[in-house]
Amino acid sequence: MNSAASWPILSVVTFLPTIGALLACLMRGDTPSGQRNIRWIGLWTSLLTFAISLLIWTGYDPSNGGFQFVERYAWVPSANFVYQKGVDGISLWFVLISTLLTPICIISSWDSIKVRLKEWIVALLVLETMMVGMFTALDLVLVYVFFEGVLIPMFVIIGIWGGQRRIYAAFKFFLYTLVGSVLMLLAIVAMYLKAGTTDMIVILRTPFAPELQTYLWLAFFASFAVKMPMFPVHTWLPDAHVEAPTAGSVILAAVLLKMGGYGFIRFSVQMLPNASEYFAPLIFALSIVAIIYTSLVALVQTDMKKLIAYSSVAHMGFVTMGIFALNQQGLEGGVFQMISHGIVSGALFLCVGVVYDRLHTREIARYGGMAVNMPRYALVFMVFTLASVGLPSTSGFVGEFLSLVGGFLRNTWVGVLASTGLVLGAAYMLVLYRKLFFGVLDKADVKAMSDLHWREIVVFAPLVALVFWLGIYPATFKDPIASSVAGIVSAHQARITPKAAEVPAANAGKVN
Amino acid sequence: MLEAICILLPLLAAAIAGLGNRRLGDRGAQFVTCGALILSAIIGVYLFADVALGHHPRTVKLFSWIASGDFRADWALRFDTLTAVMVVVVTVVSACVHVYSVGYMSHDHSKPRFMAYLSLFTFMMLALVTADNFLQLFFGWEGVGLASYLLIGFWFHKASANDAAIKAFLVNRVGDMGFALGIMAVFAIFGSIEFNTVFDAAASKNAAMFNFLGYQVPALTTACLLLFIGAMGKSAQLGLHTWLPDAMEGPTPVSALIHAATMVTAGVFMLCRCSPLFSQAPDALAVVCVVGSLTAFVAATIGLTQWDIKRVIAYSTMSQLGYMFFAIGVGAYAAAIFHLMTHAFFKALLFLGAGSVIHAIDGEQDMRNMGGLRKAIPKTHMLMWIGSLALAGIGIPGIYGFAGFYSKDAILEASWAAGGIGQTAFWLGIAAALFTAFYSWRLIYLTFFGKFRGDHHVLEHAHESPPVMLIPLYVLAAGALFAGLGAYNWFVGHDRAAFWGTSIVTPPGRDPIEAAHHVPEWVSLAPLAVGIVGILLASWFYLKRTDLPKKVAAAFSGIYVLVFRKYYFDELYDAVFVRPALWLGRVFWKRGDEGLIDTYGPDAIASNSQRFAGFVSRFQTGYLYQYAFVMLIGVVLFTTWFLWRGH
Repeated sequence: MNSAASWPILSVVTFLPTIGALLACLMRGDTPSGQRNIRWIGLWTSLLTFAISLLIWTGYDPSNGGFQFVERYAWVPSANFVYQKGVDGISLWFVLISTLLTPICIISSWDSIKVRLKEWIVALLVLETMMVGMFTALDLVLVYVFFEGVLIPMFVIIGIWGGQRRIYAAFKFFLYTLVGSVLMLLAIVAMYLKAGTTDMIVILRTPFAPELQTYLWLAFFASFAVKMPMFPVHTWLPDAHVEAPTAGSVILAAVLLKMGGYGFIRFSVQMLPNASEYFAPLIFALSIVAIIYTSLVALVQTDMKKLIAYSSVAHMGFVTMGIFALNQQGLEGGVFQMISHGIVSGALFLCVGVVYDRLHTREIARYGGMAVNMPRYALVFMVFTLASVGLPSTSGFVGEFLSLVGGFLRNTWVGVLASTGLVLGAAYMLVLYRKLFFGVLDKADVKAMSDLHWREIVVFAPLVALVFWLGIYPATFKDPIASSVAGIVSAHQARITPKAAEVPAANAGKVN
Repeated sequence: MLEAICILLPLLAAAIAGLGNRRLGDRGAQFVTCGALILSAIIGVYLFADVALGHHPRTVKLFSWIASGDFRADWALRFDTLTAVMVVVVTVVSACVHVYSVGYMSHDHSKPRFMAYLSLFTFMMLALVTADNFLQLFFGWEGVGLASYLLIGFWFHKASANDAAIKAFLVNRVGDMGFALGIMAVFAIFGSIEFNTVFDAAASKNAAMFNFLGYQVPALTTACLLLFIGAMGKSAQLGLHTWLPDAMEGPTPVSALIHAATMVTAGVFMLCRCSPLFSQAPDALAVVCVVGSLTAFVAATIGLTQWDIKRVIAYSTMSQLGYMFFAIGVGAYAAAIFHLMTHAFFKALLFLGAGSVIHAIDGEQDMRNMGGLRKAIPKTHMLMWIGSLALAGIGIPGIYGFAGFYSKDAILEASWAAGGIGQTAFWLGIAAALFTAFYSWRLIYLTFFGKFRGDHHVLEHAHESPPVMLIPLYVLAAGALFAGLGAYNWFVGHDRAAFWGTSIVTPPGRDPIEAAHHVPEWVSLAPLAVGIVGILLASWFYLKRTDLPKKVAAAFSGIYVLVFRKYYFDELYDAVFVRPALWLGRVFWKRGDEGLIDTYGPDAIASNSQRFAGFVSRFQTGYLYQYAFVMLIGVVLFTTWFLWRGH
């Protein structure tokens, strides 16, 4: 479908980190020079991967909303499994976020990770392979393998470099995910049996009977709702974040949660249009509960990471609402909100990491008055706070507002209730900022902390730039999304039309 | 090109002063920001002359911002008469405040940060008034809210300043929620959020219905009311006003620029900008009229009782904003903008004058600790008289009047002429005018007359402000003296049709300003009469019979306490919103997440299942690889099963 794919660029981006990981395995991890080599291998591999992934972006044709850079090899011909990869204007950005954040995570953990360094770098690189693999896969089995495979390095990261209650957190994470995974697998099997192939490009065009769609939809929902996470299956997230090391939290928030949203779009919306239409009210209800409920919970948190984790759940509420609004603004908003949240929440966890590295506590009350001795840090934190609050001209605004528009057009109740998130979201973030940075600087150990040093600035600079780029000139990112979303929306309309003729489509928000 | 320079200079200055502070130093930051603002003001005046007087409205499109289907918004600079008036007001007052701040903040340690915030605010305000679509308007709207938040909390070591800053942001966000929903409603109705498209189609939609929250409601009225909620938040109208008095925690130049002259008038501007919509929605206008007139009255009563010099002026601001809103409510948009313009000058003058008083006596703000200052700071004293005379609307009919004389009269005459609900507004406005004169002279007498009631050491050091603070005051005083007389014909007089062009649309078949010119003589004279009565009453209370205020307060203690405690809005909101929100948060967290979901979800499975318990204990040996391995094996097994099924 695209001539630029004269070499298998997606596979290269997927597996290059694994090659780096193998190289790192060959190094001696117990000597200082060996450790230094491992760090540099990790950094160079991830930077090279990022550089190559930029070629996907530059080669991508934004006016064509279909899959590009498609690679296709027979995998298990007898079973009709194919090794098939490709990106559209939606998955493109998730690939880039994954490849951007991996080097940032390696740099940010340069000094803070000292035990089992080799395993650390290997885990991060393998994680990158899994993430990129998941977002570029266009075969059911391939998707499933990567979808589940991501969890392995993530468990390792939480389990080895995590905090005090890491076992409980990892276990909770596992338990939630397990139920979803089993059901998702069953759904995939059912789809395979029905369509006779695991080729997703074929399945995307395969109509499933409405009744079957219902079951399939619920099975996928069980998996994606946990990943997202949606209320009420979100309680693993705060624990996982709190126990994970900084880099783990960054990847978890920035990329892993997005697999849920991506799944909703690719599987639920695109493959199961009638069921998506049918279940949209359920999603809206859960989204609104998530926005209000978790925002209120975030308001009373005393642990920085927990607060940001809960805020993630609320922000993902906007995403699910936007996606299932099933119109141009809503879907675009949902995707954009995921990209923005990937950058902003990742950055916020990095911000927490900055002070955690210095004071080794996440207790909000232990800090205060840091605007005095850490002005650069205060500025950076302010930028991400505002982006999280969704101030116009930051990345957070575009996605949040478009999602709200989408929801509002669908049903004004949805728009009105969800927009309370504008107030609540500002409340918990500003209260957090006030407790950390304002007030009197009276704690001796807080006073002794130094401002951002150069490596931390290197980590934050690209993220700050992206927040404003996405906020002021989002067209760069939104043009590819728009064409793909337009395709999805028109295909969706076409496929639900026979039904829509009998029952008029929801006309809330339309002028009569 | 000139348009872009005018708007972007303050942003550039803010960036330089804010980010380059070490190398630049205090002087450098002050020089850059003040220089940029003065230049911006000069360009602003030139553009006003070209656009409004030379009748050359235009729009400069910069680049696309958000485009999603028909939901399209550009970064653009729209200059028509309405915008040009706002640009002049904003840049001139802002330039005055910038220069004044050099003196006022001379003892502060964070001068570059302060100047950067001020310039950032100015940029946001300019972006707001030059928007050519609802979304850029919203950008400026939220941007000025951010700048206001940063500046209210400028002295961030003070807990009260932080509280006030967060309160201001959140109360404003409640309004913004309404604004955002209003934008969505406009998009749902018109399929566009660009002003030109929407306004051109407004008349054709005046009977359209709209399904909102399950009810069929008139489309335009609904959209207008939602937008009005936003205006209420930003312009501190009754109900969403509680943040404004607290905002006085910020440095006084901030109060003058943001919380008197410019940002709080954004709501007035927004409604005038949307006049083509509101003029098609008479019911929405009626609501605006009621809310505005109640605000004018209620705020004026509170102003009578406050002791903090800045809070008196803050309530006065709220009251005057009420006037502007009920002017809009009767369709007299031009009169509202006229009052906005004159008010910006004399209220900024009053605030900066109050700042000069505070500066003279070491930061004291309580008028109970002032008195007799007219000898120590004569120039400030004189300037406060000019500001107060303009606020009270004093003048000699037919010959000369201070700025407020013309604009307040125009509003009251228009509302009387509108009849019905407008006449109620007229009487509330007359009562508020009486109170306005009274509290203004109460302030002057308590501050400048009688004996000094504070520490005598403070009085010994009391000094007149330096020229860098006084010169901006003279500029503003010139506005308070002549802006009304000079601009009368353009705004509401003979030349008004040519002046406004198409930037303001009055309700069909009605010209409230024309009607205002034909009211009975007594209606025109009533505001002046009650103003003089108010001044005389205040003189009686605070010069002759200084025992009277206490006696009156005691005689009507119930009403007095109710008014003094600001009608208990803060207490009410705290009990209804703030505390329940925190309580709910805790309940959801402890009872919901941990009590219900975890107990009956993952934890229950864990404790009930031997198998999983085994897993847990194996985890606790610390060997997660094992688990990962099991997981991988699972995947492999599943894949194998697939293969087998395939055959």
